[in-house]
Amino acid sequence: MGQVANGLRDMVRLEAVGLQYERAGRPGADALRDLSFEIPDGGFRWLLGPSGAGKSSLLRLLHLAVRPTRGQLQVFGQNMSHAKRGDLPDIRRRIGMVFQDFRLLPHLSAFDNVALPLRIARLPEDQIRADAMEMLRWVGLAKLVDSRPAELSGGEQQRVAIARAVVGRPSLLLADEPTGNLDDVQAERLMLLLREMNRLGATVVVATHNEALVARHPGRQLRLAHGRLVSDD
Amino acid sequence: MTRSADRRAGSDDLGLRRALDDRMLPVLVAAMAFLAALALAGSGGASALVKHWQEGAAAAVTVQVPTPSTLLPRTDGTPGQTRLDRALALLRAAPGVAQAQALSETELTELLKPWLGSGGAGTALPLPAVIQVRLTGSGPDVAALQTTLEAAVPGTLVESHGAWVQRLAVLARSLQACAWLALAVVAGVAAAVVMVGVRTGLLARRESIEIVHGLGATDGYIAGRFAARATWLAGLGGLLGALLALPVLLALATLAAPFVATPQTAAALPVSPTTLAALASAWLAQLKTMPAELLVGLPVLPAAAAIIGFFTAQATVRGWLRRLP
Ligand SMILES: Nc1ncnc2c1ncn2[C@@H]1O[C@H](COP(=O)(O)OP(=O)(O)OP(=O)(O)O)[C@@H](O)[C@H]1O
Ligand SMILES: [Mg+2]
Repeated sequence: MGQVANGLRDMVRLEAVGLQYERAGRPGADALRDLSFEIPDGGFRWLLGPSGAGKSSLLRLLHLAVRPTRGQLQVFGQNMSHAKRGDLPDIRRRIGMVFQDFRLLPHLSAFDNVALPLRIARLPEDQIRADAMEMLRWVGLAKLVDSRPAELSGGEQQRVAIARAVVGRPSLLLADEPTGNLDDVQAERLMLLLREMNRLGATVVVATHNEALVARHPGRQLRLAHGRLVSDD
Repeated sequence: MTRSADRRAGSDDLGLRRALDDRMLPVLVAAMAFLAALALAGSGGASALVKHWQEGAAAAVTVQVPTPSTLLPRTDGTPGQTRLDRALALLRAAPGVAQAQALSETELTELLKPWLGSGGAGTALPLPAVIQVRLTGSGPDVAALQTTLEAAVPGTLVESHGAWVQRLAVLARSLQACAWLALAVVAGVAAAVVMVGVRTGLLARRESIEIVHGLGATDGYIAGRFAARATWLAGLGGLLGALLALPVLLALATLAAPFVATPQTAAALPVSPTTLAALASAWLAQLKTMPAELLVGLPVLPAAAAIIGFFTAQATVRGWLRRLP
C-alpha cells in the first residue's frame, strides 16, 4: 500500500515520534523515543508495558494534550506538527479519553460530569439529558447521578470517567488503565462496551497492566518498554 | 430520578459561582462606580458653569454713551445724527459684533433701581444710554473699539467682562479634563480589579479548565464562561455604586441649583420637606436640575462596568489559555 493512500485511511500514524517532558523548565529524560506505527480507522489495540514505559505519555500525545518533541504525528489524517492551535478543539471533541486518574470535575455531579462533553459540543439540553442518563444507566450509576466525585468509590468514579469518554460517540477512544478500580464483573462489562464501540466503527486503544483481561479478549498489541516500541502484533 | 436544583450545574460547569464569588468583585467595582459618578458630577457641573458663563459672556460688552440724544455735527457743520445713533452704527459695523441694542428707558431704570430707587425714572438725572453688545465667536478687539468710538463719540465708555469669563471658562474646562482623567483612571482600576478576580478564579479552577480544554472546549467557550460571570458581577457592582452615588449627587445638585438652574426650577425647591413623600417629590424635582451629562451618565455606569467586566475577562482568560496546547 502506498504511503499517501495509507495515511488517509489511518486514524493514527506516528513516524519517529519522540517526547521529552520539561522538568523545572529544563528538558528531562525522553519519555518516548523513535515511535513509528499506525492504527487504521476502526482498529483495536492493547497498549502494554511495565510501569513507567510511557503508555500514558503515548495516550496523551494521541489526545493532543502534548505535542511531540520530534517526529511526525498524524491524527484523523492531520499532521499535529503543523496543525494550528485553533484547529485542535474540533479534533479533541472527536476523541474520547478515560484518564488513569479519572480527572472528573470535583464540583460537578456524576450527571454533569458525563454531560460535560455534550455541553461543550453545545447540543440541545434535552438530548444531553437523555444521552448522559443512558450512559450512566449503562455503567450502573443511575442511582448516583447527583453524587459528587468525592462521594463516589474509586470504581464508581472510574465508571463516570468511562461514561464521559464514550457519551459523545467518539471516533477515537483512548482508555488508560480503565479497569484499574473495577471488579471482574465490571471489567467484563467495560470490555463489552469497548468492543461494541469498536464494532460500530470507533478506533480503540486500551492501555493496561491487566494481562488476564488481555488474555480473555485477544487483540493486536502495542508493547512499550523504556519509551520504545518493542513489539506491534 | 429527581435531580435537586442546587446540584444542577447548567451553564456553570466550571464552578465559577464559587470561584468568582459575589462579594469582593462587586463591592470593589461599586466603589469604582461611585467614584466615577462623582467624577461625572464634577465634569457635568463644570460644563454647566462653562455654558452659563458663556451665555453671560454673549452680552459681556456694554457701551455707555453719555448725553445720547445730543446731535453730532456733520463735516459741513450742520447737525447730523444723535450720539447714540452714531455709536450704534459704528458698533454694528465693527467686526465680531453680532448685535448692538440700546436698552430701553424701562430696562435702564430696572437696572438702576438698586441705586436710584424705584422713583429713579422720574428724576431729572441725566442718564447715559447703555448699549448691550452681543458678540460672535472670539468677539471684537475691545481696545480698538474704544479708540474708534472715543474718536467719533467722545466720552463713550466700553466695558468688557470677556477676559474674566474666558479665564473662568479655561479653569472650568481644566476641571472637566481632570474629571475625565479621573474617570479614565477609575475605569482602568475597575479593569484591574476584574483582572485580578478572574486570575484568582483561573488559578482556583486550573485543573477543571485543563480538563474542559482536553474535552475539546474552545478558548471562546472557557472565556465565555468567565466573561458571563464577570459581566454580571461588574454590572451588579456598577449598579450598586450608581445607587449609592445618587443621594450624594442630588445633594450636590441642590447646592449648585441656585447657580446653574433657571429661576423657575430653583423656585420650585421646597424649603423644608417634612414628609417622606414630599422629600421624594422634591428629589424628583431635583432630578430635573441635575446636569444632563449626569442624567445620562448615571444609568450608563452599570452598563459601562458590565462592558469593562466582559472585555477584561475575555482578554485575561484568552491570554491565560495560550499556555495550554
Ligand atoms: N508530566 C510529566 N513530567 C515529567 N515526566 C513525566 C511526566 N509524566 C510522565 N513522566 C515520565 O515519563 C515516563 C513515562 O511515564 P508514563 O506515565 O507515560 O508511564 P506509564 O507507562 O503510563 O506508567 P504506568 O503504567 O505506571 O501508568 C516516566 O518515566 C515518567 O516519570
Ligand atoms: Mg500510565
